[in-house]
Amino acid sequence: MAPQTLFEKIWSRHVVRDAQPALLYIDRHYVHEVTSPQAFEGLRQAGRTVRRPDLTIAVMDHNVPTSDRSLPIQDAVARKQMDQLEQNCREFDVPLWNLHHPEQGIVHIIGPDMGFTLPGMTIVCGDSHTSTHGALGALAFGIGTSEVEHVLATQTLWQHRPNTLEVRFVGKKPPGTTAKDMILALIRAIGIAGATGSVIEYTGEAVRALSMEERMTLCNMSIEAGARAGMISPDETTVAYLASRPYAPKGDAFASAQDAWLALATDPGAHFDQIVEIDLRQLEPMVTWGTNPEMSAPISGRVPDPADESDAVRRDMVAQALAYMDLPPNTPLEGIPIQRVFIGSCTNGRLEDLERAAKIIAGRQVAPGVRAMAVPGSGRVKRSAEAMGLDQVFRDAGFEWREPGCSLCLGMNDDILSPGERCASTSNRNFEGRQGRGSRTHLLSPEMAAAAAITGVLTDYRKLLEEVQA
Amino acid sequence: MTPFTRHTGLAAPLARHNVDTDQIIPKQFLKRIERTGFGQFLFFDWRFTEDGEPKPDFVLNQPRYHGASVLVSGENFGCGSSREHAPWALYDYGFRVLIASSYADIFYNNCVQNGLLPVQLAPDQIARLLDLVDREPGLALTIDLENQTVEAGDLFHASFEMNPERRQSLLRGLDPIGETLLHEDAIQAFEQEHPSPIITVT
Repeated sequence: MAPQTLFEKIWSRHVVRDAQPALLYIDRHYVHEVTSPQAFEGLRQAGRTVRRPDLTIAVMDHNVPTSDRSLPIQDAVARKQMDQLEQNCREFDVPLWNLHHPEQGIVHIIGPDMGFTLPGMTIVCGDSHTSTHGALGALAFGIGTSEVEHVLATQTLWQHRPNTLEVRFVGKKPPGTTAKDMILALIRAIGIAGATGSVIEYTGEAVRALSMEERMTLCNMSIEAGARAGMISPDETTVAYLASRPYAPKGDAFASAQDAWLALATDPGAHFDQIVEIDLRQLEPMVTWGTNPEMSAPISGRVPDPADESDAVRRDMVAQALAYMDLPPNTPLEGIPIQRVFIGSCTNGRLEDLERAAKIIAGRQVAPGVRAMAVPGSGRVKRSAEAMGLDQVFRDAGFEWREPGCSLCLGMNDDILSPGERCASTSNRNFEGRQGRGSRTHLLSPEMAAAAAITGVLTDYRKLLEEVQA
Repeated sequence: MTPFTRHTGLAAPLARHNVDTDQIIPKQFLKRIERTGFGQFLFFDWRFTEDGEPKPDFVLNQPRYHGASVLVSGENFGCGSSREHAPWALYDYGFRVLIASSYADIFYNNCVQNGLLPVQLAPDQIARLLDLVDREPGLALTIDLENQTVEAGDLFHASFEMNPERRQSLLRGLDPIGETLLHEDAIQAFEQEHPSPIITVT
């Protein structure tokens, strides 16, 4: 048989009806409170049921408060949406991890961490960052509410076959750089629509060297390059990660699953429709300066000058972004003052992210005038971090240590910026108003966010490491 | 879904690239549990001041574009979040057709699901159209999905391509779930051959 990619293997094993578009079977459906109420209502109006509640899991994450959970929810509209999910899950028999469940958290953190997401699965959720789950070698993508309803009713989706794009990272990742820097460098290189219509597979020795949680950061932001999904072929790292997940197969079932998972990896010589190479050898910590994720530069760099852009359209876009961000052309990135810091989100709200940030802030203090928040991605992440004493490290430094949720990544709850405030954020989108009307977002890694909290300005965090060693 | 065959209406220009779904409908309006009523929040931060007053310079607040039902924009329209609230807001506001040089995948699909026609034209055609809309107050465009054309009398004519299945689905106003359930036997057969790993969550 001709060599196949990971994507082709998963796709061909899930085709229920081979047509264009194909009818694809969905193995796992994650549901949350914001994009599901209208889907359940549609089922109700048509007298339909949820076909496979046993393959469906609902969580509350997008608009949950991250403050004290023993208090009543202040936001009446948000509460109504949560109550509605509660009622829908009861009526349609869908398992729900609600606000008070010990495992509550961000759907893209919980899925892999609990072992619901497994290699070879087709996975959907009414959320664009569903691409995260591709880190385990699954085909996972975001869908709209009409398609949520379709999957609830039929456990299938009509899908046009996407193109395959190999993103080949060349060379080793330099010490001090992270998966966040890799993905920001890719998006800068190919643009926010650079992978539209494609499923990305990330390859190269630097990808192999990443931990599973770092791979999730990489796959998470595939959508920020326009990709339908991002994925990584399963290997020993994947298997080792799954061995300790509560809901992953156990014992003999694990042993036989493991061989099947490894066999999913892209075959040598398999064909991709397109290949992009990203040289990592000069990679530095990255930070965004503009209003979409392709507008980034290495921390040693400067904000661009629209006058340097030869293309008129591009010149206008840069000028608009700088006006919104209130940054003069050619400003050095290092040294830009920030007022807020957010460490969390489905991009960087995992245990390793918190650990790496904690190393930078340990024994230091958040700069005067800066409000810094650490928001663990799930109940399990929070408990694990607390068992390691990380909560104390954050609190001692002056960080707020909060309850799990999407929080300031999209600001659906009270965690928002005031107009004009500038935030060093480990999240995934720096669109205008994303973190609150008039908010200014700089995307970066947890290490870089931690350093900004301490110095009060965008900082190359590697300098703080040198201080520790010196 | 209401079938889409042909539409004639006033065109409004939104001469930007990368109009993201956070701009189309900001997150504070995603808490409703209905599909309707989102039009009042469309492009909220661009349309209104912090005090809720209309910003006179925003294109949709200009009297000449009141009642517009065709929106013309640039590249990568609808990028970002998967929120279907974006096409719901555009439709509820009164838009029936979008014309742009490219779209983000999830948004494009969400439009088709809701009978909102996303027309794709080449960048030079978009540039010409934006110019024309600006120069000719009250310019109405006719978009014919059967013949796949965009026309403004003698002033503009373009043909567009669309995936045949998506086009059919818009023309016929299909209920996709109803269509899929016709394949119930195939779905059942698949489930018997490929048992999914089932989990019992507590």
